[in-house]
Amino acid sequence: MNKTINQKAWFFVIPVFILVAFNAVVPLMTVVNYAFQDTFGNNVFMWEGTRWFKQILRSERFHAALGRQFLFTGIILLIQIPLGIAIALSMPKKGIGVPICLVLMSMPLLIPWNVVGAMWNIFALPEIGFLGHSLNDLGFDYNFTQQIGDAWFTTILMDVWHWTSLVVLLSYAGLQSIQPAYYQAAEIDGASKWAIFRYIELPKMKKVLTIAILLRFMDSFMIYTEPFVLTGGGPGNATAFLSIDLVKMALGQFDLGPAAAMSLIYFFIVLLVCWVFYNLMMRNEEQK
Amino acid sequence: MSKITLKDLSHSYLDKQNSNADWALRNINIDWKDGGAYALLGPSGCGKTTLLNIISGLLNPTKGKVFFNDKDITLKTPVERNIAQVFQFPVIYDTMTVYNNLAFPLKNRGIPQNEIDKRVKEIAEMLELTKTLYNRASGLTADGKQKISLGRGLARSDVNVIMFDEPLTVIDPHLKWVLRSKLKELHQKINRTMIYVTHDQTEALTFADQVVVMHEGEIVQTGTPVELFEKPKHTFVGYFIGSPGMNIIPCEIQNGTAEVAGVKIFTSSEIKQKSNFSKIEIGIRPEFVSFSKDGIPVKIIKVNNTGRNKIIDTECKNGKIKVLSQSSKEIPSGSAFLSFDKKYTYAYGDSKIIE
Repeated sequence: MNKTINQKAWFFVIPVFILVAFNAVVPLMTVVNYAFQDTFGNNVFMWEGTRWFKQILRSERFHAALGRQFLFTGIILLIQIPLGIAIALSMPKKGIGVPICLVLMSMPLLIPWNVVGAMWNIFALPEIGFLGHSLNDLGFDYNFTQQIGDAWFTTILMDVWHWTSLVVLLSYAGLQSIQPAYYQAAEIDGASKWAIFRYIELPKMKKVLTIAILLRFMDSFMIYTEPFVLTGGGPGNATAFLSIDLVKMALGQFDLGPAAAMSLIYFFIVLLVCWVFYNLMMRNEEQK
Repeated sequence: MSKITLKDLSHSYLDKQNSNADWALRNINIDWKDGGAYALLGPSGCGKTTLLNIISGLLNPTKGKVFFNDKDITLKTPVERNIAQVFQFPVIYDTMTVYNNLAFPLKNRGIPQNEIDKRVKEIAEMLELTKTLYNRASGLTADGKQKISLGRGLARSDVNVIMFDEPLTVIDPHLKWVLRSKLKELHQKINRTMIYVTHDQTEALTFADQVVVMHEGEIVQTGTPVELFEKPKHTFVGYFIGSPGMNIIPCEIQNGTAEVAGVKIFTSSEIKQKSNFSKIEIGIRPEFVSFSKDGIPVKIIKVNNTGRNKIIDTECKNGKIKVLSQSSKEIPSGSAFLSFDKKYTYAYGDSKIIE
């Protein structure tokens, strides 16, 4: 291969470089700047070293928020991935049902996040909301604004409603790409429904499911708008996930240093989990 | 093991059929003996895969019946029919080892573990898969994978029939030959009914004892490779089989004999009902045409030397005629006369042989 060396090509990269610099690198550097210093305003900064990091890593408040975050993400992944696969499996494979199902499935994904939060807030209000009122009429003592369990239940339900479709659409795409011969061979081999799922459908869906899990992990781990509108992190701090807690610290208390340190730690956790997960999945792929 | 009978089989993928073209298969009647090696040969879209899927039970025919050992199994599922099928591209279970792939159809039928083990090792030995038996199946080459598909078909000792749907399509040419002889060898060893679908005449003719040639949803001829070559019953068989294909020359009928370019042509059987056909043609394979002192006057257009043979393109008043002759033979140039071997000269009325 003879590649032409042409340094002028770098000029074409400049616009992207500037764009990325201003929307990612510069803000991130500002955060890094805050994380190692203290300020009393007027652009006066004092070097603090790793003090904020130590403080955050030792703070019980951060541990609690992180715990809630992992619990929330864990629960919604455990619900959305199997549910999404199940719905995709039961969707029609051809005919007029296909576009109808696809449009219905994409509806929740098209609604802005704060609207989803507001919708569910009103829907679940114990006095006037359809869900809240019905549950109370049925004899459940339901009030998501005051009871921790109810607040979690409502938040998880909302997220499942909003995002399961994404898993469905990805799984459906994966299923559609399986050649009919695989099903025919399985039929001839006398495979059960479960064996077909386990040995044909699931392995063939592996790549799209990896993407689905990654996307759902990242999005749910960084969730902010919907619980903020629905519960505001309450009751108390019960649904204050990492991002809600972070905003409280940064903008509510104006603790810029610790908040900056926390965002960096937050960022590295997301990056680390994604990296480990992706590599685990892909290492298996290479072994093949 | 079983004998297969297809009776008045027709199939259409449409709900309503208005013309012949709406049928993928028309009036198929076949009798296949137990333990035979059969091939379905025809160009793409002639309905051979449809026919295969009907035999395996993946499709239900629109009309007609399928019998295994004289038992009507038309509406039975593939599992109930107990058949095996190898598909065009290798179908393997990616996440399983080669061993588990081969064991899969046996496990699904609840066969005891020690029996499965014995059988799988036997099959692996037969297909030369023993070395990679405990590797992941997805890591194998295309021909290795196709051997697994084949192995899954052979694993059950009681299958009624093993079907191959163009199984060598994705295999490299040099391995095609190896796998093909392997198949032939396996057939002789296990003596099970095998049906092989292909569009490749070499594959069909080398594999099968009986070849069924299909064209536009119909069977045009069934016979041994020699019969198909020496006496094609349909002009389609004539030019589909053989390389180059049969010469099909339009002719005139004068007093019950055919004439090409004003020269009388004697065919292996007489032409009696001359007016019943909209067209009558003479068919003769290039192998049976030779140059002579007198006969049909032709112009020589081109001589292609293929090494062992020469293929000579000639043209007479009625159309083109190809001649196959040995390379060592002298070929006249300019104009010449051709004569046909009467034994292998046939007359075709509306593409069908006149007997």
